[in-house]
Amino acid sequence: MSVETAAPSGKQVARRRRFFSRQDKITLGFFIGIPTFLHVALVWFPAIATIGLSFTYWTGIRLEDITWAGLANYENIFFNTPIFWDALRNNTIWILWFFFIATPLGVLLAYQIDREIRGHKLYQSAYFLPVVLSLAVTGIIWNFLLRPDGFVNGLLGLPISEAISFFGDERYNIWVIMIMASWRHIGYIMLLYLAGLKAVDGALREAATIDGATEWQTFRKVVFPAMKPVNIIVIVITIIESLRAFDMVYIIYGSSGGMPILGVLVFNNIAGEGASMKGAAYAVILFLLSIVPIITYLQQQFKDDVR
Amino acid sequence: MTTTVKVPKLPKRKKRLYAQDIKDRFISIFIGIFAVVWVFPIVWTLWSSLRPYSEIRAGGVFSPPQELGVFNYASAIDRMELPTYFTNTVLITLPAVFLILLLGSLIAFVVTRYSFKFNVAMLLLFTAGNLLPPQLVFIPVFKLYLLLGDLVGDRRFLYDNHWGVILIHVAFQMGFATFVLSSYMKTIPKEISESAMVDGASVFTHYFRVMLPLLRPPLASLGVLMITWIYNDFFWALVLMSTDNKRPITSALGRLTGEFVTDYNLLAAGAMIAALPTLIVFFVLRKQFVGGLTLGSTKG
Repeated sequence: MSVETAAPSGKQVARRRRFFSRQDKITLGFFIGIPTFLHVALVWFPAIATIGLSFTYWTGIRLEDITWAGLANYENIFFNTPIFWDALRNNTIWILWFFFIATPLGVLLAYQIDREIRGHKLYQSAYFLPVVLSLAVTGIIWNFLLRPDGFVNGLLGLPISEAISFFGDERYNIWVIMIMASWRHIGYIMLLYLAGLKAVDGALREAATIDGATEWQTFRKVVFPAMKPVNIIVIVITIIESLRAFDMVYIIYGSSGGMPILGVLVFNNIAGEGASMKGAAYAVILFLLSIVPIITYLQQQFKDDVR
Repeated sequence: MTTTVKVPKLPKRKKRLYAQDIKDRFISIFIGIFAVVWVFPIVWTLWSSLRPYSEIRAGGVFSPPQELGVFNYASAIDRMELPTYFTNTVLITLPAVFLILLLGSLIAFVVTRYSFKFNVAMLLLFTAGNLLPPQLVFIPVFKLYLLLGDLVGDRRFLYDNHWGVILIHVAFQMGFATFVLSSYMKTIPKEISESAMVDGASVFTHYFRVMLPLLRPPLASLGVLMITWIYNDFFWALVLMSTDNKRPITSALGRLTGEFVTDYNLLAAGAMIAALPTLIVFFVLRKQFVGGLTLGSTKG
């Protein structure tokens, strides 16, 4: 691009832009107005309303019914709702498991597949397959393996009377859910990372190998640092997904509270006890927990624009 | 998108090459075994869906099959009323994806092609909105739908109505579409827009005749990804609908899980049928699907 030709044409456009025709102004108004209205009305307005409502009691749908509750909903959650702490514990386990086990496995897989080991195309498809299935289908499939007369109990040779209740027994249930969630998460992370790896200059790796770096050193010292933007995105996605979790647990446990997580508690407290706005308070807690990853994500994606 | 230039293999010491080869073979086998484990749950469900549940109750899960066939599928389609749910899914997914792509591309177009002061702020608004947990949004949306219904005089104006679900998907996913499409549009040379403007094209023509044709690749990827996401949505159709036979297939599965708990193999067939469209997308349009996912995560 030569500067001489680019500059005047830019100026020309700038001059033209100030003289939009009436029709153009109306068109632009619609182009921005309709999507913005919809987005603000159904995402931002409700989000802010939830924060407000978490300090109130509200039955029914008439606005007159709203009464101020102060911090009562939060006090109720923190001091009188032991299930909240169970949920918080489960979501924490979820984050830690994803962060330390599922996500690294996805990264490792991506790295090996990117090296084009024998059969990498087939493997890639196999690991990716669960990602396209809905969590509802995932729940049914795994229930199929793990129920009392399912595959795993059959493999262990246990008769139905002695079968392990993988979803009911508290010793197992969270870990079973973690394995199910990872089944999908690992493929997803693998894919994101693979796309990032494709963009890393192959010459970098070649150079490291020639310099006598072992494979692990090459990954840790050369590839991993070069992947910083993708690393941040992957970590953020890991945390956000762990906090938002809902579908799979709900498909298996319904509203029973057999495996409390924050996402299900919000749901139960709107569908069930509509009287308080406890559900809104749960949602706000969930939001506060997700704020740091959301901001990190935005910073990563918009750092070029802001600078 | 960056293209990687393959560097020609440089000569290495033979010994090291050999050791690496053996190691790679091991890694490959290991990952291969793992891959089989990965696919196994799906294969097992598929296998079981071809057998009657009574056989399993009588002889256990490993009993040799006496009877194999698609009878569970026929009965799932019939007894679970799957065609109704599929119709609902189509009625929700298609308009939603169309509107997401249209509205998302409009915002991306204005923000990247015309420089206003609030361009970055607009993009931030949409992208951040997409990242909010749905749980934070749904109580007021639920009440708003009921309230609007009362105002119009029809409680099912938005609540328990396909349009209500469509609108919330559009509002949410538009953020993602805007973000992805604007990153793509930034790579389209400004000169194209400039010459259109110099030629006196209206904003309308500029968008529909000049930009839209250039956006085909990302729109295709995004479209495939959005179809899969909305098809797989469980949450919104569950909370914003109350009539069972209006629900799309994925949410309906939740209810079916409870109702057909006595015949697991029938349920397996139902799950396989529900998974079929996404599996077809996976095998036929994988490139677009993967492209859509990664467009959002790695910029440029």
